[in-house]
Amino acid sequence: MNKVYIALQDNDVSRYIVEAIEADNPDVKVQYQPAMIRIENDLQLTIKRETVEEKIGRDWDVQELHLSLITLGGNVDEDEDAFTLSWNQ
Amino acid sequence: MAAKKLNMKDKYKMLTRDLDWEFSYQDRKEAFPYEEYEGIKITDWSKWEDPFRLTMDAYWKYQAEKEKKLYAIFDAFAQNNGHLNISDPRYVNALKVFLGGVTPVEYQAYQGFAHVGRQFGGVGARVACQMQSIDELRHVQTQIHAMSHYNKFFDGLHNWNGMQDKVWYMSVPTSFFHDARSSGPFEFLLAISFSFEYVLTNLLFVPFMSGAAYNGDMATVTFGFSSQSDEARHMTLGLEVIKFLLEQHEDNVPIVQKWVDKWFWRGTRVLGIVSMMMDYMLPNKVMSWREAWEIYFEQAGGALFKDLARYGIKPPKYVDIATAQMDHMSHQTWWNFYNFGEAAGFHTWIPSDKELDWLSEKYPQTFDKYYRPRWELAKKMEAEGKRFYSKGLPQLCNTCQVAMINTEVDDPTMLVYRSTEYKGEKYHFCSDGCHDIFVDEPEKFVQSWLPVHQILQGNCGGADLETVMREYYGMDVGVDNLDMKGSPDELRWKEWKSA
Ligand SMILES: [Fe+2]
Ligand SMILES: [Fe+2]
Ligand SMILES: [Zn+2]
Repeated sequence: MNKVYIALQDNDVSRYIVEAIEADNPDVKVQYQPAMIRIENDLQLTIKRETVEEKIGRDWDVQELHLSLITLGGNVDEDEDAFTLSWNQ
Repeated sequence: MAAKKLNMKDKYKMLTRDLDWEFSYQDRKEAFPYEEYEGIKITDWSKWEDPFRLTMDAYWKYQAEKEKKLYAIFDAFAQNNGHLNISDPRYVNALKVFLGGVTPVEYQAYQGFAHVGRQFGGVGARVACQMQSIDELRHVQTQIHAMSHYNKFFDGLHNWNGMQDKVWYMSVPTSFFHDARSSGPFEFLLAISFSFEYVLTNLLFVPFMSGAAYNGDMATVTFGFSSQSDEARHMTLGLEVIKFLLEQHEDNVPIVQKWVDKWFWRGTRVLGIVSMMMDYMLPNKVMSWREAWEIYFEQAGGALFKDLARYGIKPPKYVDIATAQMDHMSHQTWWNFYNFGEAAGFHTWIPSDKELDWLSEKYPQTFDKYYRPRWELAKKMEAEGKRFYSKGLPQLCNTCQVAMINTEVDDPTMLVYRSTEYKGEKYHFCSDGCHDIFVDEPEKFVQSWLPVHQILQGNCGGADLETVMREYYGMDVGVDNLDMKGSPDELRWKEWKSA
């Protein structure tokens, strides 16, 4: 199965983003490597603004993701409520 | 009543597409003169959209924040003598390779995207390319700033810009970018976003940078991840353009396939140097080169090509050969530099026994059989006081400019020699891939500026290699080159650590 993935810097904000990802995408695989966190999932992975805000306890703009992002694989779709990675089959 | 905040889609529309205008008295074709000559057919540019929907205001806001975070860390690193916290002084040699091999091509990426940011007919793509151009300039600057601290304490970092287009191994990435930048705008974009960004930077700026962190180099990992966060956007934009071309016209499919084949192969040749940085130059290991290739090319690239299959795009030609060679690449490359260590601008060394064991474990099919015996011999010779250096310089491939060290997939003891004749001259190649690229564009590749040929033709300011290295390359001969053992770098490190 094709996997989408995202790698985040291992910092304090990413901690909450990862918690949100785990809550909204129950099957994700999370790997901790030196200075980074790699998260992969079959075909699709969504980061929802609402869930991140709930975990982090403040307003969070989806575009803030760029501050903790390292890299990603998958087709991207982003709007004010969510950031989604997907492959087409 | 306060104005309602625009949603991202509307904001994107207003701040990109709505900035465009119709050409009423000028010919659109003359305004975008490069758009058609590659044979690419675009019927409707308005179908192209940035999936991040990034607008200039948001771009400046988040990039400024990235820079502030990054420079706070550079300051802390320098103020606290961060170079003393690295795992092992050998590690700094990876930075010397990086600064000469990567930083200058970031500058070429900046130049290339400034060009296509003007030349694409679609405003969405133009805006995205302008942002990318600024990003690439940022990468150049942050890399220079990060390395400037190391330059105060280690040799070999003083003339990277003077070396990048002259030195016999630095010309590999330089010529890759010259090739891309002298192509049309769509080929340039595919070359950089697919080959350089999706394949190469994901290997260099992710597992290698994680390795930099693991070796105590806070400055490098931080600029690496900060750059790569831009690269994630770049490769996504590039892949969006590729999908867009495939959707616009079926005639575009064979053109895109040809570029995928060409640039995949060009990319794998540049990876030789990254493979040795991963396997040999990181004293604390995160993962092997082979493992990194599996995750970041075989899995990520495999997923991409399955996704593109619906347009009729096939995985790149010779992908099977490249994959088979990944069990050999780092070993052959590092061995080559160890041999020609007299003519390199950084130090080389024999891996420690622990490192040799790690390589045996990570490369069970190849290391003990083909490569460990060489290192055992080198160790024996070194112990007898006979550290050897190959004299002169290796022959280079006329396409990729890598030394001819590639071996046959079915016999790793046989070097690959391919050649062709063109207008009465014979040209040599490291692989079938490089041969095919030359044969397809001979008028371009007969112009290759091959550093070794140029020395022999007397174009590099000296008759002997040492004069060339000293005067033309700007190396401090006897200081920057040779083995790590006994180098001024090593002696200074020992002094610092014993103080
Ligand atoms: Fe870059
Ligand atoms: Fe880039
Ligand atoms: Zn070649």
